[in-house]
Amino acid sequence: MIALKNVYKSFGDNSVLEDISVFFEQGKTNLIIGQSGSGKTVLLKSIIGLHQIDSGEIIYGDKEFSRMPIKEKKEIRKEIGMVFQGGALFDSATVEENVMFPLEMFTNMTKAEMLDRVNFCLSKVNLENVNKLYPAEISGGMQKRVSIARAIALNPKYLFCDEPNSGLDPKTAIVIDQLIRELTLEFNMTTVVNTHDMNSVIEIGDKIVFIFEGKKWWEGNRDDILTTENKELEEFIFASDLMRKFKHLKVDL
Amino acid sequence: MKIFYHIGRYFILLSKVFSRPEKTKIFLKAVVREMDNLGINSLGIVIIISVFMGAVITLQTAYNLENPLIPTYLVGLTARDSMILEFSSTIVGLILAGKVGSNIASEIGTMRISEQIDALEIMGVNSASHLILPKIIGAVLINPFLTIISIFVGIFGGYLATVFTGAITPDSYIYGIHYVFIPFYITYALVKTVVFAFIITSVPAYHGYYSSGGALEVGRASTMAVVYSSVLILLFNVLLTQLMLA
Ligand SMILES: Nc1ncnc2c1ncn2[C@@H]1O[C@H](COP(=O)(O)OP(=O)(O)OP(=O)(O)O)[C@@H](O)[C@H]1O
Ligand SMILES: [Mg+2]
Repeated sequence: MIALKNVYKSFGDNSVLEDISVFFEQGKTNLIIGQSGSGKTVLLKSIIGLHQIDSGEIIYGDKEFSRMPIKEKKEIRKEIGMVFQGGALFDSATVEENVMFPLEMFTNMTKAEMLDRVNFCLSKVNLENVNKLYPAEISGGMQKRVSIARAIALNPKYLFCDEPNSGLDPKTAIVIDQLIRELTLEFNMTTVVNTHDMNSVIEIGDKIVFIFEGKKWWEGNRDDILTTENKELEEFIFASDLMRKFKHLKVDL
Repeated sequence: MKIFYHIGRYFILLSKVFSRPEKTKIFLKAVVREMDNLGINSLGIVIIISVFMGAVITLQTAYNLENPLIPTYLVGLTARDSMILEFSSTIVGLILAGKVGSNIASEIGTMRISEQIDALEIMGVNSASHLILPKIIGAVLINPFLTIISIFVGIFGGYLATVFTGAITPDSYIYGIHYVFIPFYITYALVKTVVFAFIITSVPAYHGYYSSGGALEVGRASTMAVVYSSVLILLFNVLLTQLMLA
């Protein structure tokens, strides 16, 4: 469970997040949606502490995170898995070494146990026979999946994904979405996903938060979202021709 | 004024770098890798440069000694002391600042802009220490060996020059390189080497660590890293010389 209370964040004079309060439940796939530049990445990075927020509270379980001493923060961070917008795989290490890294760093597993765990995580994301390849040698979709495998290596309680399916073809994007949802249910994680992909919203959005110009403009689930009356959200969702057609279809039903 | 900002941030980074590594085994492995990467991989260029520098110093000294009253063995002595005092530490330091410095700045800079450093931080790893400390320790340990090798190879280069050109007799050169040897000069050279090793790893690491933007900025950071480490090497060369030899 993660709760945000009145979170503000600005860079110099540029106010990016204003008064964000939101609640992310355990075992649910929570989505943050919004236009490019609306502040999704800043919000995600603020939640995990890569950006220091100006004011407000970020609560993991029952602990306030943003003003914790660095030592306690580190403990919480060991329970966090993060999939970055660009994957952020270590490019001087193989796929196997990437997934093994958190295990080497934070567990006392033997080499054989680590390899087992690595292969288990890689099988969870449907990757086989790529252990010895370098990130540059696999496709973008595979890199995303390795990144997810690395994020779940330590059995995190919290999983964050920044646009996990941007730059992927629609079919691969759906595979990744489903994967995130399945992992969330299987390991009962609190998952927060940034996206501007409407497919994801309809596929996996247990809870959806719409960010507009740095403010929380709307929240709900995938059933409410298609019938929203909120003007900005409507404009965002039905920006494409396809979605507009879809809307009429829905209304006709 | 900006210079103070950079100096302050550099020392803040260093305070993050010098903290206890998460896992000693991983750290030691990384140090060995960096010794190989930063030291052994530079051996070739150090040897080539040293041979030629030794040869050139020898020839220049020989051809400039026109007064028959000055004994020719001074050529050997000059070559030896120039290598020890200046060339094997400072010039080799400058060359490595170019090679190793740009390498470190672009490696860490790329990790910064592709969010690999953020990924480390999120896992709860002290990224500064994890990435930078092995480089500093590795270079500080391996570079003195490079300096010693450079000194020997340089003196040997001078010998080859006397053999091939006959500028002075090789016997006289050999006599010269044995003449009034001051062991403290070696200490001085090694102290300089260690300080330079620290500069050419930590300064480029700083530039890489705080780069932002894209590939262009990383390239720029890497250029700046080489410029600043070279200038610092020259500055500390003067300071250490005044401190140790005055
Ligand atoms: N490190 C930073 N320093 C200053 N300003 C920043 C920084 N990071 C983001 N911003 C600003 O914050 C705003 C929101 O950026 P953010 O990256 O969160 O957008 P986003 O919603 O993730 O967009 P996208 O969908 O394109 O990834 C932008 O106006 C950006 O200029
Ligand atoms: Mg973003």
